[in-house]
Amino acid sequence: MAEVIHAQDRRRLLTLLGPAYLWLTLAVFLPLSAMLFFSFLSDMPGDAPDWGVTLGNYTQFLENPTYATLLWKSLKLGVTVTLFCIVIGYPCALVLAKSIKGRAREALFLMVILPFWSNSLVRIFSWAIVLRGNGVLERTLNWILPFDIRLNLMFTTEAVVIGLVHSYLPYVILTSYLALQAIDDDLIDAARSMGASKLTILNRLLLPLSLPGLLAGAVLVFVPVVGSFMEPRILGGRMGTYYGTVIEDQFVAVYNWPLGAALSFILLAVVLVILGAASPVLRRART
Amino acid sequence: MSPIALLGRIWLVLILIFLYAPILVMAAMSFNASPFYQLPFEYSSKWYSDMAGNEQIVTAAIRSVLIACAVTAIATAVGTAASVALFRYEFRGKRLLQALLFPPIAIPWLITGTAMLVFFFTIGIGRGTPAVIIGHVALALPYVIVTVTARLSSFDVTLEEAARSMGAGAWTVLRRVTLPWIAPGIVAGALFAFAVSFDQFVVSYFLSKPGDSTLPVLIYTAIRKGFTPEINAISTIIIAVSMAVMFLAARYSKFGGDR
Repeated sequence: MAEVIHAQDRRRLLTLLGPAYLWLTLAVFLPLSAMLFFSFLSDMPGDAPDWGVTLGNYTQFLENPTYATLLWKSLKLGVTVTLFCIVIGYPCALVLAKSIKGRAREALFLMVILPFWSNSLVRIFSWAIVLRGNGVLERTLNWILPFDIRLNLMFTTEAVVIGLVHSYLPYVILTSYLALQAIDDDLIDAARSMGASKLTILNRLLLPLSLPGLLAGAVLVFVPVVGSFMEPRILGGRMGTYYGTVIEDQFVAVYNWPLGAALSFILLAVVLVILGAASPVLRRART
Repeated sequence: MSPIALLGRIWLVLILIFLYAPILVMAAMSFNASPFYQLPFEYSSKWYSDMAGNEQIVTAAIRSVLIACAVTAIATAVGTAASVALFRYEFRGKRLLQALLFPPIAIPWLITGTAMLVFFFTIGIGRGTPAVIIGHVALALPYVIVTVTARLSSFDVTLEEAARSMGAGAWTVLRRVTLPWIAPGIVAGALFAFAVSFDQFVVSYFLSKPGDSTLPVLIYTAIRKGFTPEINAISTIIIAVSMAVMFLAARYSKFGGDR
């Protein structure tokens, strides 16, 4: 539409859009800019009168291998959790979209998505009760299995992975389901009538067509997991030091905001590179 | 039923167990008399009465609800206005404006939250309830705009033209034709906004003042100090509330449904 916008329309447009975008500017875009500025400061302006501009916070990342090691640990955690979410979630989406029909499908889909919208902190806390030594999981397993096992998963990497998969699994199911649901059933019938096996239909038809949705879900899981700090703190205990917890420390414990800002921006840069690499496939998902 | 279809249904049931079991265990344990989660189970509503008597928890709960209500009101009004503009008008830079909605959703909250802390501190807003509200509204806005825009996209513009041709003014058209049609979208958007604020932990954590915190922040602090079943009780209530809210939102927006 190449309508000419009249002065009156322009005023109305500004009144309608202005508040929302002013708000986003004040609360998201200016803060991100401010943090970028902070990441180049040598000291907090309030604390030290002789603060200056420096690259020191970024060189600290390069000089002290701890940060790179932790970033790598967080990236590995992100990959592990994402893979688990895909392996567990994609078949689930497949069943929901192509095997179950009607009202049952709608109800089951809602049930899968519902926990995802409930409080993530509380759900992580609930795992702490299940996983602790002599907790519900250990007792249940001992009751089912004929032999006794000692199982205390609390404060292990496994606990962190379980909690995060639980938190983010619905993302993968949601996006894969939407992509799979958009595939015309006639296509599948056509393939079947020409003698394609179930495996062929999955490999040659469903998987390629729903790949953008699956990938969108993977990105939605990977990005927040790399930046997670609350889940490792609660479920990981002493094992739970990750890149995210180090950033948290800079802001709430050590009060080295410039360093925290620099570490945040390195994380943001890594995340953006990954999103950029995935964007060609993601763009296909929207069309 | 074919073996594969059966296997698929079993898989689905296992996933539902995985998703709901810990929540149900937590809820059950909030009614268990033992403070150390000892079994066998012994019913007691002790933790709920303790919780109701815990002033810190009650104050934080009230604060969380009030913040969520304020966020819902602001984000819904501001977001609906923006959706109407984005739907109604074609203008240069529209795609950019739509793209700008994604950073608040896509950037990890850890980064958004700490950036807000740095900025609000610098310009003098500091930490506390106003900062929390400003932050939550920014996080909720994209959800409201996306939900309302989705509803608007099924709106027939000729209805507006018909109303206008019969002499209705712009304001009347908006109030009597456009708004009633998009009402379900607005309700869903409002419920999303409530959920985003009420469940928000990360951003609240960085923006709230110690001793003046929202419920999730209080729970986080309590968990790290070593938790008691009182926390189970309030957590159970939180999860019940937020699931109820989202259930309603899903009913209104029908996202992913067949229709």
